[in-house]
Amino acid sequence: METILEIKNLKTHFFTKAGLIKAVDDISFKIKKGEIVGLVGESGSGKSITGFSIIGLIDAPGRIVSGSINFKNEPLLNASSNRMQSLRGNRLAMIFQDPMMTLNPVLRIDTQMIETIKAHDKNISNQEAFKRCRDTLGLVGISSPEERMKAYPHQFSGGMRQRVCIAIAMLNKPDLIIADEPTTALDVTIQGQVIYEMQELCKKTGTALLWITHDLAVVAGIASKICVMYAGRIVEQGSVDDIINKPMHPYTIGLIKSVPSQNKRGEPLHQIEGMVPSMLELPIGCAFHDRCTETIENCKIEKPIETNQSDSRVIRCFNFKDIRK
Amino acid sequence: MTAFILRRSTQSIIVLFIMSLLVFSGVNLVGDPVEMLINPEADQAEVERVIKELGLDKPITEQYWYFLMNAFKGDLGTSFIFGEPALKLIVQRMPATIELALFSLFISLIFAIPLGIYAGLKPESKISKTIMAGSILGFSMPTFWVGILFIMFFAVYLGWLPSTGRGEIGSFLGVKSSLFTLDGLSHIFLPALNLALFKLSSVIRLTRAGTREIIHQDYIKFARAKGVAESRVINVHLLKNILIPIVTIIGLEFGSLIAFSTVTETVFAWPGMGKLIIDSIYNLDRPVIVAYLMIIVIFFVFLNLLVDILYTLLDPRVRIQGSN
Amino acid sequence: MLNTDSNSKNINVFMFKFWSDFSESKVAVISLLILIAIVLIAIFAPLISPSDPYDLSKVSIMDSRLPPMAKNFAGDIFILGTDGAGRDMLSAIFYGLRVSLGVGVMSAIFALIIGTIFGISAAFFGGKYETFIMRIVDIQLSFPSILMALIILAAFGKGIEKTIIALVLVQWAYYARTARAAALVERSKEYVEAAQCLALGNKKIMFNHILPNCMPSLIVVGTLQTAHAISLEATLSFLGLGLPITEPSLGLLIGNGFQYMHTGDFWISIFPGVALLITIVSINLVGDQLRDMYNPRLKK
Repeated sequence: METILEIKNLKTHFFTKAGLIKAVDDISFKIKKGEIVGLVGESGSGKSITGFSIIGLIDAPGRIVSGSINFKNEPLLNASSNRMQSLRGNRLAMIFQDPMMTLNPVLRIDTQMIETIKAHDKNISNQEAFKRCRDTLGLVGISSPEERMKAYPHQFSGGMRQRVCIAIAMLNKPDLIIADEPTTALDVTIQGQVIYEMQELCKKTGTALLWITHDLAVVAGIASKICVMYAGRIVEQGSVDDIINKPMHPYTIGLIKSVPSQNKRGEPLHQIEGMVPSMLELPIGCAFHDRCTETIENCKIEKPIETNQSDSRVIRCFNFKDIRK
Repeated sequence: MTAFILRRSTQSIIVLFIMSLLVFSGVNLVGDPVEMLINPEADQAEVERVIKELGLDKPITEQYWYFLMNAFKGDLGTSFIFGEPALKLIVQRMPATIELALFSLFISLIFAIPLGIYAGLKPESKISKTIMAGSILGFSMPTFWVGILFIMFFAVYLGWLPSTGRGEIGSFLGVKSSLFTLDGLSHIFLPALNLALFKLSSVIRLTRAGTREIIHQDYIKFARAKGVAESRVINVHLLKNILIPIVTIIGLEFGSLIAFSTVTETVFAWPGMGKLIIDSIYNLDRPVIVAYLMIIVIFFVFLNLLVDILYTLLDPRVRIQGSN
Repeated sequence: MLNTDSNSKNINVFMFKFWSDFSESKVAVISLLILIAIVLIAIFAPLISPSDPYDLSKVSIMDSRLPPMAKNFAGDIFILGTDGAGRDMLSAIFYGLRVSLGVGVMSAIFALIIGTIFGISAAFFGGKYETFIMRIVDIQLSFPSILMALIILAAFGKGIEKTIIALVLVQWAYYARTARAAALVERSKEYVEAAQCLALGNKKIMFNHILPNCMPSLIVVGTLQTAHAISLEATLSFLGLGLPITEPSLGLLIGNGFQYMHTGDFWISIFPGVALLITIVSINLVGDQLRDMYNPRLKK
C-alpha cells in the first residue's frame, strides 16, 4: 500500500514574546492510502499544530523549524506557495473544529463550495461545479441540497454545517483529509452520526484520514492506527488494537484507564495525577515524568527517544512495561 | 424585507415629528418668535400683519399646527436678507453641496479602503506606519486650516488650481453637475479633497482595525485551506466582511460631511447650503436658519434609514432576524 | 480602606506601571513633553511674550503686516511677523494658546462632569430613566458636533460663556455614553452587590466605588475629546461665530489672517495654524497611546 503522507522529525516552534514554545517537537509518523489514523492528545499537546503544519498554515510567530513532510513523495516544506495553494483543498483537505467560525457568515454556501472547485479547475462551468457541489452535499446526508445551497451558514444547525465542511473537503476527491476535532463542537447525538458517515465516505472513496482529537474513544472506533501525543511529542504509536488493548507507555495506559467505560460503576474515576505542564516551562527530561507512575532517575534528566518495537509500534519511554512478554 | 422597511419608515416619521416639535419649540419658546421671524426693520403695521399671518397671536398648539401645515406646503418662512422663500434658497444651493459631499465621499473611500486594508495586513511595515501617522495628522487638522493650506499652496503659490467658486456645470444622463466639465473638476477638487481628508483618516483607521481583526478569523484560514487564491481571500472574503462596519460609519459620516461642508464652503466660497447657513447665522436671517434645520433633520433621518437598509443588504444575519 | 501607608505605596506602584506602559511609545512621550511645554506657555503667556499684543498703547498700525524676522523703525524684532493691526504674531499666538486651551479644557471638564453624572446614574438606576437618557444621547450623537454647535450659537448668540456652553452641550453625550458603558461593566461586578448589602448610600456606591473604575476609559475619551473641543472652538471662531474679538483664540487669529492669504502675507494665518495643529496633534497622540494602553482587546 502506497504511503500518502510521511512525516519525519517535524519541529514547529513558536517564538512568542513570553518565550519559545516548542509546540511540535520531533514527531514522525506515516499514513497509507485509505488509512484512517488517529492523532490523540490533550489540549496544548500540539496535535492541531501538527495538522496546520502539514497543510502549511502556520501563522507568525510560529515557524516550521526542521524535519520533513512528504506528501505522495513530494516534499512540502520548501514547496512554493503556489504549489501549496494548488494542493490545498484539492489533493490535501482540512476540516476545522468549529463549523460556525469556519464558514464565512456573509457568503452563501454555494459560493463557498463552488470557489473551492474553481480555485483548482478554472475551466469548469458554473453549472458543472454546482452539480458536483449538490451531489457531494447529498453524499454527506443533506436533504434537498439544491435549496440548501442558496442559504447562509447561520441558517444551518451545527451538525449540518460540519457536514457542509466535510462536503467541501471532499469536493475535489483529495488523497488525504486532515480533520481537526471535527465532532468536538457537535451534540453528542450528532457526533456518532458524523463519525459513522465519515468512516463510510473514506471507505467508499479511498481517502486517507488523519483524525485529530482529544477523545480516545471517538477514534478507537474508526482508526486503524493511533498516535498519542504529549507536550509536543508522540509518546506512543501503533495499530488501534495494540494501543487500546496492549498499551505500553504510562501516559497511554493512564488515558485508557480514564475513559469512563473502563471504570467500574460506583468507583471513583481514574485520573492521571498532576496537570499538563505549561509549554513555556517544560520540565527537564521527559515531559511526563512528574505525573508518571514508572519514573526512574534517567527520566528526570534525559528526554526519551523513539524506539521501534516492530514495524508499526513505536514508543518513547525509558521505562515502559513490555506486556507482550 | 418589506416589513422591515415599513417598520423603519414608521419609526423615521415618528422621529421627524419629534424633531419638528423640537425645532418649533426652539424657535418659539427660546427667545422671542416675533424677533426671530420678522424682519427687525419692519414697522409696527408690518409687524402686526405678519403676526396675524403667522398666527403668532394664537395659542401655541394652533401655532404648531400652522407650522406643520406650512411646512407641508413647502413654506418655511421668507428670508430677511434675500426676500425670497427660505426653502427655495436652500433647494437652489443643495445640488452644489450634495455634489461636493458625494465627490468627497468617493475620494475618501477610493483611497481609504485599500490603504486601510494594506495597513491592516502588514501592520509593521514602514508604509503602514506612515499611513497611520498620516491618518492621525489628517484627523487632527481642523478642516478649515487644511483648506487654508490648500489655498495657499495650490492656488496662491503654485497657481495650479482655482481657489474659489464652483466651476462650469455640465450634463450627463440628464443630471447636471459641475463634475462633468474639466473646469468644474478643477474647482471642486480642492474643496472636495479638503472635506475628504478628515473622513479619509477615520475610514483608514476603521478599515485597518477591522482588517487586523478579520484576518485572524477561522473562516479566512479555512478559505486558504481550501486552496482559494490569496487575492480572492482578500477581495471577497475579507472585503465583504469589512464593508459592514464601514457602511455603518459612512452613513453617519456622510451626514457629518454635509455638516462640515459649512466650513469648507466658507473657505472656498463654494455656493452651497453650508455657506448659506453660515452667512445666515452671521446675518441673523432666522427663517433661513429654521428652514435649514428642518431640511437637515429630514435629511439625517432619511440617511439613517438608508444606512439601516444597506446594512441588512450586506449582512445576511441581520436580514433574517429582521423579518421575524 | 487600607491605611495611608500602603495607599501611598499603591499609588507609587500605579504611577510606575502607568509610566512604564505609557513610555513604550516614544512618540507619545515626545507628544506629552510638547503638550506640557504648550500648557506652560499658555499659563505664563503674559510673562514670556515679547509684547502684549492687546495693549493698544503699544501697538502701532505702522508695524502692520511685517514679515517674520522683520524689524520696525524702533528696532523691535518681530520673530513671526505682525498682523494687519501691527500686533506681534508670536505674542498673539501665546495669548491665543491661552484662550484656545482654556476654553477647550474648561468645556471638556464641565462636559465630563455632567456626562459622567448622567452616564453612571443611568447605568446604576437602569429602567425608564436609563432608556430616556440614553435615547437622548443616541439622538444627539447621530448629529455632527459642528451642526449642533452652530444651532446652539445661532439660537443663543455669540460670546465666550455661550461658546463654552455650546461646547459642553455638544460634548456631554460622548462622556455620558462612555461612563454608562464602563459603569454597566462595573455594576455587574460583585463588589457593587457587596456594597449594596452593606446598605451604603447609592451616592456613595456610585462615586466611591464605581467611578474610580470608570476613570481609565473616561480619561481616554476626555483626552481625545479635549482635542476635538479645541478644534471645534477654532472652527467656530474662524467662522466668526465663536469667541469675540476681545478673547482671541487661535481660531480667530487664523480667521483674521485669512483675508491676507491671497496677497501672500501667509504668516498671519499660518503660524497660529501651526500652533493649533501642534497642540491638537500632541493631545491626540497622547490620547491614542492612553487608549491603546487601556484597550483590553489589544493585550497579547
